[in-house]
Amino acid sequence: MKKIIENIDGINIDRRTLLKGAALGLAGTALPLDKADASFWDAFFQKHFREMTEKDLKKVLERLEKEYEEKHKKAVKVGAEKALPDVLFGYGLDLSRCIGCRRCVYACVEENNQSLDPQVQWISVLRFKKGDKWMDLENSEKYYNPQQVPEPGYFYMPVQCQQCENPPCVKACPTRATWKEPDGIVVIDYNWCIGCRYCMAACPYGARRFNWGEPKRPPEKINPNTHYLGNRPRYRGVVEKCTFCIQRTRNGRYPACVEICPVGARKFGNLLDPESEIRYAIEHKRVFRLKEDLNTNPKFYYFFAYGK
Amino acid sequence: MDKRKTLKVLITAFCLIVLSLFFSSVSDSAEYVIPKKFTTPPPPFTPGIFPCSQCHQGMPADKKPRKLEQMHQEITLRHMPDGWCFDCHNADNRDKLRLANGKLISFGESYYLCGQCHGTVLRDWKAGLHGKRTGQWNGEKEYRLCVHCHWPHEPAFKPLTPMPPPVKPSDIK
Ligand code: HEC
Ligand code: HEC
Ligand code: HEC
Ligand code: HEC
Repeated sequence: MKKIIENIDGINIDRRTLLKGAALGLAGTALPLDKADASFWDAFFQKHFREMTEKDLKKVLERLEKEYEEKHKKAVKVGAEKALPDVLFGYGLDLSRCIGCRRCVYACVEENNQSLDPQVQWISVLRFKKGDKWMDLENSEKYYNPQQVPEPGYFYMPVQCQQCENPPCVKACPTRATWKEPDGIVVIDYNWCIGCRYCMAACPYGARRFNWGEPKRPPEKINPNTHYLGNRPRYRGVVEKCTFCIQRTRNGRYPACVEICPVGARKFGNLLDPESEIRYAIEHKRVFRLKEDLNTNPKFYYFFAYGK
Repeated sequence: MDKRKTLKVLITAFCLIVLSLFFSSVSDSAEYVIPKKFTTPPPPFTPGIFPCSQCHQGMPADKKPRKLEQMHQEITLRHMPDGWCFDCHNADNRDKLRLANGKLISFGESYYLCGQCHGTVLRDWKAGLHGKRTGQWNGEKEYRLCVHCHWPHEPAFKPLTPMPPPVKPSDIK
C-alpha cells in the first residue's frame, strides 16, 4: 500500500510500478482504481514514442509540461525535435589537451538537469599515470583532488556515453525504452523505462546512471529548455545518460561540454560532413575508440593531437 | 601458388595503392581556409591599454632589448628564446602587429602572427581542432583567438583549479 501512496504525485511511476508488479506476478499492485485524474490513464496508455502520431506527441508533451510545472514549480518547455536529415553525430576528445579540470562534468549537470542530491553525473573524468597500463577503466582514479591541474606525470580521460552504432544497452532493454535515433544518438524514454538496469549491466563503458532516489534540483536551477528524449526532468527509478545534448545539437548548437572546455579538447560535428572538425580529426590524427574489440562501434573518438 | 591466389594478392595490392593515393591526396589538400562565417571575441586586452597610440603616438620607439621600467613592467618574455617586442609588435604604429614579411595586421587577427612559427597549429586551429569554437556546429561559429588561451609573452597554458570530485559511494549516508 505504501508504494501507491508514495507514487500518487508521480503519475508515470504508476505505470512503471504496475509493470514491475506485473513482472513479479503481483497483478494490480498499483492500480489506483479510485484515482479520478484522467492524466493518469493518459500516461498509462501512452504509446511508444516512435509510434506516436504528431497529435499523440503534442498531447504527451503538453501533459508533461503541466505535470512538471506542478511538480517543480517552474515552467518547463518539453520539445521533441526530430533528427536532422543527413546527420550522424560524432564526438572527438583530444587527450593531449585535457587537463582533468572537470568543467565539463558540471556544465553537463547544469544543462541536463541531473539530480544534485543524490548526485548524478553523466561524465566521469578518469586519471591515469603516464606510462601505466591504462584504459583499464575499472582501476582508474576518479576522485583526484589536487590544488591545480594538470598534475605532472598524469593524464586524464573523460568518459561518457560513447553513442555506439551497435549499442549493447539497446539490445538488453526488455521494454524498448532505449534505442538509437537516425542521427546516431542513443536515447531513453523515461516513461517507458522500468528501472531494471539490464542496460547498465550491458554497457561496457559504465556510462549509464540510475536514479536511486527522487532526483532533486531546486526550481531556479532547472534548465527549462528540454527535449523529451534528453534533459527533461527525470523520475526516481529510471536510467539516464549523455545524449550529446540532444536539445541543443538538434537545434544546431554544440553540446554544453564542448562549449565549456577551457582547453578546447572536445570536438563535435556531423560525421557525414567532410568539412566538420570531427572528420578533420579522424582524417588527420591518430584516433581510437574505447574497447574497440567489442564491436560496439562507438561514435566517440579519442585522439592525441600532438606528442605523447 | 595457384592462379586464384596470385590474382587475389594482385587485387589487394592494387586496392591498397589506390587507397593510399586517395589518402595522400586528402592530406595534401588539407590547407584549410578559414570559413567566411566566423567571428572571434575581441582581443583580451587589459582595460584601458588599447589603443596603444594614446601613449605611443609621438613617443620615439626604443628598439633596444632592455628591462622596461616606466611601463609594462609586468611583461616578461618566456617565449622564443632571444625574441624581443618588435618580433611581433610594430614600432611605428603600435596599434598594429607586424609579420616577418613587413605586413601589418590588427590585433583581432593575431593568429596570423602566431601561425608564422606555429604553422601546423594554425592549420588545426582553422579546421576547428586546436583551440575552441562555440556557436553552431552546422553554422556560424566563434573561434577563440590563440591569445585567449596563450598569453603571447608567456604562452604556456596556465594550470587551473579542478572542480570537486564526485561524492564517493561510501560518503553517502
Ligand atoms: C599608458 C601609456 C602606454 C600605453 C597605453 C602603452 N604603452 Fe607601451 N610603453 C609606454 C612607455 C612609457 C614605454 C617605455 C617603457 C620603458 O622604456 O621603460 C613603453 C614601451 C613599450 C614597448 C617597448 C619598446 C619601446 O618602444 O620602448 C613596447 C613594445 C610597447 N610599449 C608596446 C605597447 C603596446 C603593444 C601597447 C598597446 C597594447 C602599449 N605599449 C600601450 C607607455 C604605454
Ligand atoms: C610573440 C609575439 C610577441 C612578443 C615577442 C611581444 N608581444 Fe606584446 N603582445 C603580442 C600580442 C599578440 C598581443 C595581443 C594580446 C591580445 O590580443 O590581448 C600583445 C599584447 C601586448 C600588450 C597589451 C597587454 C595587455 O595587458 O593587454 C603590451 C603592453 C605588449 N604586448 C607589450 C609588449 C612588450 C613590451 C614586449 C617586449 C618586452 C612584447 N609585447 C613582446 C605579441 C607579442
Ligand atoms: C618568431 C616565432 C614565433 C612566433 C611569432 C610565435 N611563437 Fe610561440 N613559440 C616559438 C618557439 C621557438 C617556441 C618554443 C619555445 C620553447 O620551447 O621555449 C614557442 C612556444 C610556444 C608555445 C608552447 C609554450 C610552452 O611552454 O609549452 C605556445 C603555446 C606558443 N608558442 C604560442 C604562441 C602564440 C599564441 C603566438 C602568437 C601570439 C606565438 N606562439 C608566436 C616561436 C614563435
Ligand atoms: C581554447 C584554448 C586554446 C586556443 C584558442 C589555442 N590553444 Fe594552443 N594550446 C592549448 C592547450 C590547452 C595546449 C596544451 C598545453 C599544455 O599541454 O600545456 C596548447 C598547446 C599549444 C602549443 C604547444 C605545442 C602543442 O601542439 O601542444 C602551441 C605552439 C600552441 N598551443 C599554439 C597555439 C596557436 C598558434 C593558437 C592559435 C592559432 C592556439 N594555440 C590556440 C589551448 C589553446
